[in-house]
Amino acid sequence: MIEMKNVSKWYGTFCVLNKCSTSVAKGEVVVVCGPSGSGKSTLIKCINGLEPFQEGSITFNDISVGDAKTNLSKLRSRIGMVFQNFELFPHISVIKNIMLGQEKVLGRTTEEAEKRGMELLHRVGLSEHAHKFPGQLSGGQQQRVAIARGLAMDPVAMLFDEPTSALDPEMINEVLDVMVELAKEGMTMMVVTHEMGFAKNVADRVIFMDEGRIEEDCTKEEFFSESRGERAQLFLSKILHH
Amino acid sequence: MNYNWDWGVLVTAPYFGWIISGLGWTLAVAACAWLIAFTLGSIIGIMRTTDNPVARSIGAGYVEVFRNIPLLVQMFLWYFIFPELLPEAWGTWVKRGIPLPEFWTAVVCLGTYTASRVAEQVRAGINAISLGQKQAAMAIGLAPMQVYRYILLPVSYRTIIPPMTSEFLGIFKNSSLALTIGVLELTAQTRQIEEYTFQGFEAFTAATILYITVTFIVMTAMAVVEKKMAIPGMISLGAK
Amino acid sequence: MFSDFDFDVVINAIPFLWEGMQLTFLLTFLAITGGLFLGVLLALSRLSHIKVLSFAAGSYVNFFRSMPLILVIFWFYFLVPFIVGRPVGGFYSVLVAFTLFEAAYYCEIMRAGIQSVRISQVQAGQAIGLSYSQNMRYIVLPQAFRNMTPILLTQAVILFQDTSLVYVVGLHDFLVNAEIVATRENRLIELFSTVAVVYFVLCLSFSLSIRKLQKRFSI
Repeated sequence: MIEMKNVSKWYGTFCVLNKCSTSVAKGEVVVVCGPSGSGKSTLIKCINGLEPFQEGSITFNDISVGDAKTNLSKLRSRIGMVFQNFELFPHISVIKNIMLGQEKVLGRTTEEAEKRGMELLHRVGLSEHAHKFPGQLSGGQQQRVAIARGLAMDPVAMLFDEPTSALDPEMINEVLDVMVELAKEGMTMMVVTHEMGFAKNVADRVIFMDEGRIEEDCTKEEFFSESRGERAQLFLSKILHH
Repeated sequence: MNYNWDWGVLVTAPYFGWIISGLGWTLAVAACAWLIAFTLGSIIGIMRTTDNPVARSIGAGYVEVFRNIPLLVQMFLWYFIFPELLPEAWGTWVKRGIPLPEFWTAVVCLGTYTASRVAEQVRAGINAISLGQKQAAMAIGLAPMQVYRYILLPVSYRTIIPPMTSEFLGIFKNSSLALTIGVLELTAQTRQIEEYTFQGFEAFTAATILYITVTFIVMTAMAVVEKKMAIPGMISLGAK
Repeated sequence: MFSDFDFDVVINAIPFLWEGMQLTFLLTFLAITGGLFLGVLLALSRLSHIKVLSFAAGSYVNFFRSMPLILVIFWFYFLVPFIVGRPVGGFYSVLVAFTLFEAAYYCEIMRAGIQSVRISQVQAGQAIGLSYSQNMRYIVLPQAFRNMTPILLTQAVILFQDTSLVYVVGLHDFLVNAEIVATRENRLIELFSTVAVVYFVLCLSFSLSIRKLQKRFSI
């Protein structure tokens, strides 16, 4: 579904992504981890064209992301994305956040959009908060709304950019629970996270990045066994031994 | 101090009428100029936030030109020079054809000048929105125009209400410059009363009180608007 | 239109224009100096814990900020000779007007600068045992100064432009002298475009250096 070949990106002379190649098949859950500044977020933002890249190619269902002729808006509407800082739109209510894309991009009627929105809010357990503004919800609640907003577009894949790293510890699980459920339903997912429990639980594959390169790209069984490389081992020992 | 106080002069004909008509012209100039300033300033401010290098530099050039020439000089350029630069028929029309040429000159001058200041506020308001918001809007598939229409503009225009209020009050005060090309607005009328009656204290006090009153009314009204428009759970960026 | 642009008129007028420009510079310089001095006093009063003082300073600032500068010029052009009791010439009246008017703006800039220093910085200073004045001297003011210097300088550019308003009382500044030549020689386009270009070049280069300075000193 997602094919990435030799993708490189520079900020000036600084190389953020260095010849990254990987692929994600339909229904697969891929976790991307690595130290901060290793290029994980940039990598997944390249997939829906939020970050441009200078070399290589990315295709999503055989549509080239880097091609100037590609209708990026249309492509993006097929891929849901969840951000580290939620990025709900602060000036409209929770339900309107979920309806906006459905109405303006998919062209659904207000009634359809609202119905679908309420279903999704119910699913993430927030239907009673529909008419509140994002600023009136906790971080965990906001992130669940953000997931609902992504799902409302009926995406064929979901990208998660550190969805729990801006959350207080007690709110992490309510978000992870929603994500685990999604994974079990067969959603194609690419998740940048340090939550190794999540990776062990639902990931099919784990990608480990360091200094803009994909250092490891293997099944989770391989990754969590002792066969992984030195850098990945060092990284894991740092985040697991507290 | 030897001064013959005569507050009555303010309510005697024709001086009372002068003050009222002066206030009327002041408000008319300010209101019409604000329409230009708001519209043009918004367009230029938005241009400066786009990815298009041509739009960005046109916007930047506009702001630099209008901010770095004194307003009074701009007033003279519009009044004396602008009609000369037009084809002759147009120039004559601008000078004599349109009704109230001084009024419209002042309106255009104040409007285009304040547009450069409004543009800076709009640009700052949009740039204050995090990149993540823009990316989130793009991620649900909104086209660039839609990102502005539904996300960036509604949020930024709320946060810039206080500085925009100052800009409006700026245009209101700067409308006094229209007197240099012969618009008999409030300051001009009170100055005229002073020259006719030598009652400078009374005349200038009347103008001062009227300016302060209008300022106060505008500020109170805009504070109410700001409160009404405030986004629940979000701290406003605040005035500067 | 531009084909008969008469450069000689402009060149011949340079000494007279320069005379006007000197008055513009002098007025700007004196009003900045006086305005800053008074502005500091006002800002300190505004931030003072003595209620009467901060209220008085606040009223002063709001009063001047809701008045058009031209009206302020007229006020003092009328008032100053009256208070002094004899004619003192337009220059001094206008100088008083500009100084008092600018002080209100400088006060607000300085107040905002001091208040822009985060309260946690003040607390951090207290936590290492600094006294109130030490805290001001070593922590608050240096940061406040960095924050407000560019804005103070920008305000100086605005004042420089605003001095052209002495036109309304006929002082012979740069603009008025240009206008005199313009009407005498009937060369409006030449003189007014010269004025615009000179102001533009001066103000733009000053603005650009402020921006450079700001980049260099930003924390």
